[in-house]
Amino acid sequence: MFNVEDLNHLHLDVLREIGNIGAGNAATALALMIHKKIDMEVPMVKILEFEEVAKILGGEESVVAGIYFDVQGDVTGNIMFLLDTSSSKVLTGMLMGREDYSKELDEMDRSALQEIGNILSGSYISSLSTLTGLNLVLSVPSLCIDMAGAILSVPAIQFGQVSDKVLLIETKLQDGNNLVKANFFLIPNADSFRILLKNLGVDN
Amino acid sequence: MEKTIKVGMADLKVTKSPKVLTTLGLGSCVGVALYDRETKIIGLAHIMLPNSTQIKNNANKAKFADTAIDILLKEMIGMGTNKSRLVAKIAGGAQMFSFGSNNDMMKIGYRNVVATKEVLKSFNIPLLAEDTGGNHGRTIEVYGCTGKLLVKTIGYGVKEI
Repeated sequence: MFNVEDLNHLHLDVLREIGNIGAGNAATALALMIHKKIDMEVPMVKILEFEEVAKILGGEESVVAGIYFDVQGDVTGNIMFLLDTSSSKVLTGMLMGREDYSKELDEMDRSALQEIGNILSGSYISSLSTLTGLNLVLSVPSLCIDMAGAILSVPAIQFGQVSDKVLLIETKLQDGNNLVKANFFLIPNADSFRILLKNLGVDN
Repeated sequence: MEKTIKVGMADLKVTKSPKVLTTLGLGSCVGVALYDRETKIIGLAHIMLPNSTQIKNNANKAKFADTAIDILLKEMIGMGTNKSRLVAKIAGGAQMFSFGSNNDMMKIGYRNVVATKEVLKSFNIPLLAEDTGGNHGRTIEVYGCTGKLLVKTIGYGVKEI
């Protein structure tokens, strides 16, 4: 049985690099959409306890936006894309061409957020698919804005069947002084992690 | 000493009046509160999965409905409660994301609720109240002095069960 804790430095480097390529593609897509220069930092790959993840997002009760996808194909599992409230506002603000990024999210923004999640996750999956040669298909996104703890319970439960830890990829995008912190959870089903690593040439 | 004791995810705690037990941001997980009105001993478990026997990685007993309720019961009896006086209240088990697909994991909230009720029934612990299902998160507080369970949400108000 595969365990997230068994990942070594080489594995993490490879996942970070995929994150980097994926986020790079995503930032380019976003920059094209809003006609602005977007800066990106090298993503961080972390293996964390569930409670630490909630802390990164400001505690279990802080409101966050989660966008969730089903992955089908040669590898099955899920992807979750998480944004804290301020990042959600900055991202939708950028997309809608607003001057002020403090506006509360309305129905249009929610829809925009789903689409951004779709673009970012799609970029990530397509780089993963190109690098591994595996066929990966992403479902339509499902958005939920609620308490961080409640949203995190979804990937936590999925990881919970095999491990007490989760694999998180944190990407930072920046437009001037406006920082967007995007968190990805890669949640492959039990044996899919192995297939992924094997096809990336870091496991046998 | 702090009056409110926090119960984390896949965790459980037992205490007595006037203390309060709380668990934050229940999503698909279920919060199981047990209460003995005579000794005012309370217990709270934050379970993540329905059944420990179906999972290989089952070292953390507080993670599963069957083993968590069993331990909760033992710890409460250890503190001086009588099993016949115990009553239960549960909250959580939401489906946070909706998909058209037949992904079994999506129904985990519902399965957690069903499993929790079955375990309570097998121990003959009456279920007094529940606030389960839906598609929103819940923070709950259990009060040792009254046994009341407070459910807080974002956008769905506060209720007492």
